[in-house]
Amino acid sequence: MALTREQLAQRVAQEFKDGYYVNLGIGIPTLAANYIPDDMQVMLQSENGLLGMGAFPLDEEVDADLINAGKQTVTMVPGASIFSSAESFAMIRGGHVDLTVLGAFEVDCQGNIASYMIPGKLIKGMGGAMDLVAGADNIIVTMTHASKSGASKLLAECTLPLTGKGCIKRVLTDLALMDIADGKFILRERAPGVTIEEIAKLTGGELVIPDNVPEMTF
Amino acid sequence: MSGFDKVVTSYEEALEGLEDNMTIIAGGFGLCGIPENLIKEIKRRGTKGLTIASNNAGVDGKGLGILLEDQQIKKMIASYVGENALFEAQMMSGELEVELTPQGTLAEKMRAGGAGIPAFFTATGYGTPVGEGKEVREFDGRNYILEEALYGDFSIAKAWKADRYGNLMFRKTARNFNPMAITAGKISVVEVEEIVEVGQLDPDEIHLPGIYVNRLIQGTFEKTIEQRTVRSA
Repeated sequence: MALTREQLAQRVAQEFKDGYYVNLGIGIPTLAANYIPDDMQVMLQSENGLLGMGAFPLDEEVDADLINAGKQTVTMVPGASIFSSAESFAMIRGGHVDLTVLGAFEVDCQGNIASYMIPGKLIKGMGGAMDLVAGADNIIVTMTHASKSGASKLLAECTLPLTGKGCIKRVLTDLALMDIADGKFILRERAPGVTIEEIAKLTGGELVIPDNVPEMTF
Repeated sequence: MSGFDKVVTSYEEALEGLEDNMTIIAGGFGLCGIPENLIKEIKRRGTKGLTIASNNAGVDGKGLGILLEDQQIKKMIASYVGENALFEAQMMSGELEVELTPQGTLAEKMRAGGAGIPAFFTATGYGTPVGEGKEVREFDGRNYILEEALYGDFSIAKAWKADRYGNLMFRKTARNFNPMAITAGKISVVEVEEIVEVGQLDPDEIHLPGIYVNRLIQGTFEKTIEQRTVRSA
């Protein structure tokens, strides 16, 4: 079975380490914050200028001056800090954020990512995604493995305009966890009940299949 | 106005000298920390042909979105322009030019503009449409593109508290692009919720020194929330 949104978020959270500063993109990445283990400290960075983002506020706590990068009202945890957008991207570009998780339309086996623009359709902009992929060393892209019509989104070469070039080393899809190295996808884990053949059929670009590809556990 | 006192008493005075075809650098992220009354004053003045650099372009009927109603904006420099039907229509018809700029690059372009740095190299956007036509240099085995600083004829921004000299404090994530936007304008205009007497702000707690501020005005703010998201107790 393909992973649910919640399972994707849970698997992302397994990449967290105690003391990590993490930037979570809008959508499934944000859900991962719900699965931070109790015995672990993880601090969430929101690129609009907040380190130490907390849960959504109670109704009476709502503050128009306190939002996340998705423009949602949020709270701050004890130990949080506030800074300008220039400072925020200095910490992103400077490689100070330990883990970045974001979504994409396509990823290819050269580590290229396309996530912000579909030519001919509405162009909304890249927001902070280009800075995040260029600045972070440790990035996980979360996405569905294929479109609803069965077209692979893990490709030999991205077809859409790029958000970043050669910067993605790890992709988590609803079917598999893959690393990217030397122009190849390397299959690391598969979703429970999903076969290697199914994954291979839906993966464009060269796929390396190690001897042991365990199922994900939750 | 005298000495270091930056306070003006009307919005008309705050934007005196703003003319058609000028460039404005604006603070704010979404509708958070936007200079909402200064934007309304630009609408009232009917200034046209403006180039505006701001992370977002407001939404329909709010923030910079109201300047689209009378086609006052010629060109928008922004990182994200969704959630705005009028913007979309004007962009698609070609009457509004849009220069999409990565968020961190936009913040740094403003910072550089205010800090006397004409351009800088960044890896952001290399190998993407943003890097097309820009100078590429390799440093330590990695490719970077040259991005130029942004300068405004005016900058408009919102802070929380100020003293009469224009020393500023921001509140929570309403800080965002405001400090850099202020530094990048030839005439920087800041509206705040409260103005206190000189000496009442602790110098150690000032976020932006008054040297960057030319005009200061106290206003009242709607503070529209774009995505009111709550949890239950």
